[in-house]
Amino acid sequence: MVFLIQQTMLYAVPLMIVALAGVCAERSGVINLALEGIMIFGAFMGVIFIRMFQGMGFVQEQGQIIMLISMLLTGICGVAFSMLLAFSAINLRADQTIGGTALNMLAPAVVLFFIYMIAQQSTLGMASGGAAGWFMIRPSTFGLPKDYSWGPVLDLFLNKVYPSTYVCLIIFIQVSIFLYKTRTGLRLRSCGENPQAADSLGINVFKMRYLGVGLSGFLAGIGGFTYSMTTANCTSTGEVAGYGFLALAVMIFGNWTPLNIALGSLLFGLFKCIAAIYASLDINGDGVYLLAEIGISPYVYRMLPYVITLIVLAFTSKSSRVPKAEGIPYDKGQR
Amino acid sequence: MPRIEPESGKIKWYKSDGAKSVYASLISILIGLAVGTLVIIIVGLLKSNISPKGIWDGVRLVFLGVFSTGRTDGQLTFGFNPVNMGNMLFRATPLIMTGLSVAVAFKTGLFNIGAAGQYLMGTMGTLSVGLWLGWSSCPSWLAWICAFLTGIVLGALWGAIPGLFKAFLNINEVITCIMTNWIAANLVTWWFDVHEEFKNAAEGGKVGYIIPLKNVDVVTPKLGMDILFPDSQANGGFWIACLIAVLMWVIMTKTTFGFELRACGLNRHAAKYAGINDKRNIVLSMVIAGALASAGGCLYFLSGNTEFYWSTYMSLPADGFNGIPVALLASNHPIGVIFAGMFMSTLNIAGLQLKYLTAYNEYIANIIIATIVYLSAFAMFFKMLLNTKRKKAKEVQIAVTTEEAKPEIESAETDEAAAEAEDAVDDEEEGGQQ
Repeated sequence: MVFLIQQTMLYAVPLMIVALAGVCAERSGVINLALEGIMIFGAFMGVIFIRMFQGMGFVQEQGQIIMLISMLLTGICGVAFSMLLAFSAINLRADQTIGGTALNMLAPAVVLFFIYMIAQQSTLGMASGGAAGWFMIRPSTFGLPKDYSWGPVLDLFLNKVYPSTYVCLIIFIQVSIFLYKTRTGLRLRSCGENPQAADSLGINVFKMRYLGVGLSGFLAGIGGFTYSMTTANCTSTGEVAGYGFLALAVMIFGNWTPLNIALGSLLFGLFKCIAAIYASLDINGDGVYLLAEIGISPYVYRMLPYVITLIVLAFTSKSSRVPKAEGIPYDKGQR
Repeated sequence: MPRIEPESGKIKWYKSDGAKSVYASLISILIGLAVGTLVIIIVGLLKSNISPKGIWDGVRLVFLGVFSTGRTDGQLTFGFNPVNMGNMLFRATPLIMTGLSVAVAFKTGLFNIGAAGQYLMGTMGTLSVGLWLGWSSCPSWLAWICAFLTGIVLGALWGAIPGLFKAFLNINEVITCIMTNWIAANLVTWWFDVHEEFKNAAEGGKVGYIIPLKNVDVVTPKLGMDILFPDSQANGGFWIACLIAVLMWVIMTKTTFGFELRACGLNRHAAKYAGINDKRNIVLSMVIAGALASAGGCLYFLSGNTEFYWSTYMSLPADGFNGIPVALLASNHPIGVIFAGMFMSTLNIAGLQLKYLTAYNEYIANIIIATIVYLSAFAMFFKMLLNTKRKKAKEVQIAVTTEEAKPEIESAETDEAAAEAEDAVDDEEEGGQQ
């Protein structure tokens, strides 16, 4: 059971971070279809930073520190990349879907171009070692013997957990507070619902939308790095297996509210996890591989998140909480 | 449509909206190529193993890749290369089809980002039926037709899903298209995972591929392409794609149905008010778009020697997404799509030449394409700017004839303008290669 929850968290954490990134942009009124592209870029930059730090002589014991610094730097790179979308969508009032698609095409092209220039192959990994050895929290992190156990409850939080899980928790709380309990958050949301009214009250719509897209880029960059670190052994291959789009599905499933998104990403993360390990999954530890015996194809689990999202969309289209001004460029002269 | 100047009565085609679309596309292409060149130069200067000559070779190949004839004595040579030209046309075929798919949906006001999924469904249908019938005693021409039609029908059904969601539930087609893309990717992988008989087990070292259709002799006829471009992969599929493009142009501009589709695209509510069944048209538009995108997959794999990597649940085919830049470059004009598709595949060939002949790699072509898409979002803005400027100028001249009361409606592409677009895109084709 502990194993299943931990595995689920591996898949759910990047999903949650990126889905929250999507909320930040969409609540300010900009459709961020570029989540996938920003993730790909973030994953690449994260690996580059890790390699850089490894080259500077940091050792395995400092793994968690360089990971957190790399995460921060990756987030900043994500902001820079997302500004391309912000500029075309906000200043030039271009079609946001096309702008996002452009970034989704640009990111893998640029990333693969540089990976080939650096490594002469299609994957770029860490300079030495593996992600689990460098970044995972485990008993030895606290100076305890390798097979030490705190008991089932504490093990869940401290044994073989990536620090990104805690980063994700902080991000979730911060985004929730920011959107609902701060003045800036309220202003940002108002720009996504009725920018004209917001403007008439003295709120700078352009600034708010830049803030939304920038935050979104920051979080999506971190999410991309988290993805590459936890599920791809800290390698960058110019793709994130559609995680950005899955995060969009999570966001829609969660009806654009952080709490629902957190629950949705756990659910979708569980599906992803089951699809990956269903054949060897022993849920309650009695030696019966239940899911393998039911014999449902893993592709069903992989498909389910998208199918569920479609069904949810079909049934909630009337009560959907989609930001009303989403995707509409703000034009001051319009009423 | 040529705009008639009110004071002189002369037709100035180069000022028409169609011509403006072409200018916008040309500017996008030029800036895209410039960005590509810049990347090559900067990377070349930063990397110690690339000499100034290597940089110059790279820059030349970006522009002239399709005319490259390889290296002799360390020097790049250029000339007519039938293999490159033929491969360019072969690779253009699926791009033209997915470009058409995106363009037709655009005309109805829909953004078909689901071309990749429809392409995959078409591929699945074609390969399965083609192999089944190829193994049976069915004559190969009949097997070809059945395989092609199955692929198209599957793609059309797949395209209908976002259309139905949009028409009856008013759900944004972009979201549903993304969902159906990934569902299709999983479905196709599942299908081929279960059906062991389709997997290519005979040839060692080719794990994960489906048996190519040439093994069962269900192959598109060459239709003269083997004489024009010997040793290349070009086949009659290109002519079929061109034929379909012309057919789409006729349907979109010369028939009532096409008019209804375009009316829905310009203003769905106004079209409904005018008695057009908007829901039916939205669904039909997506059905056609789905059929076109899947036809791209069918034609690509019916060429026989292309092999399909079936475990595709992690990634979507690039041709599906590259339909978007093709349609944008062509300003959604079906004939323009042919030339835009050829331009895109020219870039692809140039990328491959870079990979084989220099220290650079093929992804520079994708960088250029992505830049062009990014800029085409600007292009619409620039066009809008030009139009508002002209409208203001006209408001000053009070003599507004009834002719000019409708430039808003006509600002979308009309036939003649687009025919010019075609010419100009043609010019640019040649221009880009010199």
